[in-house]
Amino acid sequence: MIDNFDFQIILASLPILMDGMGITLLLTVIAIVGGIVFGTLLALMRLSRFRVLSFISGRYVDAFRATPLILVIFWFYFAVPIVIGRPIGGLYSVLIAFTLFEAAYYSEIIRAGIQSVTRSQIYAGLALGLTQGQTMRHIILPQAFRNMVPVLLTQAIVLFQDTSLVYVVGLKDFLTAADLVAVRDNRVVEMYVTTAVVYFLICIAGSIFVKKLQRQYSI
Amino acid sequence: MIELQNVSKWYGEFKVLTDCSTSVDKGDVVVICGPSGSGKSTLIKCVNGLEPFQEGTITVDGISVGDKGTDLPKLRSRIGMVFQNFELFPHMTVLQNIAIAQVKVLGRDQAAAEERGLQLLERVGLTEHAQKHPAQLSGGQQQRVAIARALAMDPIAMLFDEPTSALDPEMINEVLDVMVELAQEGMTMMVVTHEMGFARKVADRVIFMDEGAIVEDATKEDFFGTPRSDRAQLFLSKILHH
Repeated sequence: MIDNFDFQIILASLPILMDGMGITLLLTVIAIVGGIVFGTLLALMRLSRFRVLSFISGRYVDAFRATPLILVIFWFYFAVPIVIGRPIGGLYSVLIAFTLFEAAYYSEIIRAGIQSVTRSQIYAGLALGLTQGQTMRHIILPQAFRNMVPVLLTQAIVLFQDTSLVYVVGLKDFLTAADLVAVRDNRVVEMYVTTAVVYFLICIAGSIFVKKLQRQYSI
Repeated sequence: MIELQNVSKWYGEFKVLTDCSTSVDKGDVVVICGPSGSGKSTLIKCVNGLEPFQEGTITVDGISVGDKGTDLPKLRSRIGMVFQNFELFPHMTVLQNIAIAQVKVLGRDQAAAEERGLQLLERVGLTEHAQKHPAQLSGGQQQRVAIARALAMDPIAMLFDEPTSALDPEMINEVLDVMVELAQEGMTMMVVTHEMGFARKVADRVIFMDEGAIVEDATKEDFFGTPRSDRAQLFLSKILHH
């Protein structure tokens, strides 16, 4: 089998693989950034004194965590266009679906992170005359995110791998592109080994980067 | 300057403060002592509105703390507070810790805030630690930074919540020295502490609390001479004779 391993096919299919990686990375980055921003908002709502906000956020998280990601993707691809009366396209629908889905998970991580900072730190901020908002922004959230880094990374890696689900709406992410080539040229071993190695390297690189970051900002 | 009238507070069913009344004049140093769980820390946190209370009134410099319309952040910015566990912000340097509220609350520019910070660090003897993070300092040093951070707001009064209880014995004095100096300069202070040496040296009055109530509120001379209540006598004998 190894004798037949055709490195040429990997080089030949590089353009199509790169395009696929482009989609994968775009989705990952947008869903991480959007998910963390929206997830922070959801976490703050969840911890709010105002019961209505806390309730809305809680039910949002429940709903998305009880739904398989692939169903959420279907929803935005097939159902939402019917509701708003026009198609929104494969890329936009998965970007929205991933961001909303990830926000539910990030919000729980961020909520736990905020609660990991002691209450006395809030007191210390307030005692200096900072408002609740300023205390949250300058004192609590920076510490919370530091505590959350390992879990956020895990979630990011899961997300990075989950992006392959977009094949269901006809988008070609990295894995789907590799799969296409594998079937088209009957080069299954080469393409699947290549994808595995690339996924592995990117995830390892991400872990190393975060560890370095953590050491730099350790407290 | 600080007036408490019939302050009562409940945690659910449990009454933590019962009818507490006292007052602190400008320049006075009042030490609050009592067994653990007697409500000392809760009482002092009510003074700057960190803990809400259900009955009674507290006024600071004529402003009612419990009023819904009171601008609490503004009021708190005028009252310094020092905590048992220092509560420096671990993700900031020492100097940033002292500067942040000056910038965000008082609207000073960063350079002015840092200059003031360095002045105060010199005062508490920690100039060379300005760029370090709190975790790199000893407990005594952290608590002195916390005092400098509170002083940077130019407060009209200072609240101390067991400022030396979390410190190793050899570090207690470096913190007490700073507090004694402040007291002698005429700072208005409410200090929850068991350091009776500090009370003897600079306190004008000593308040003894037990089970959420103020049992004794006397001048230093009366308190250490002949405490009127049995409970205060018992407490004093326990902490002084060993």
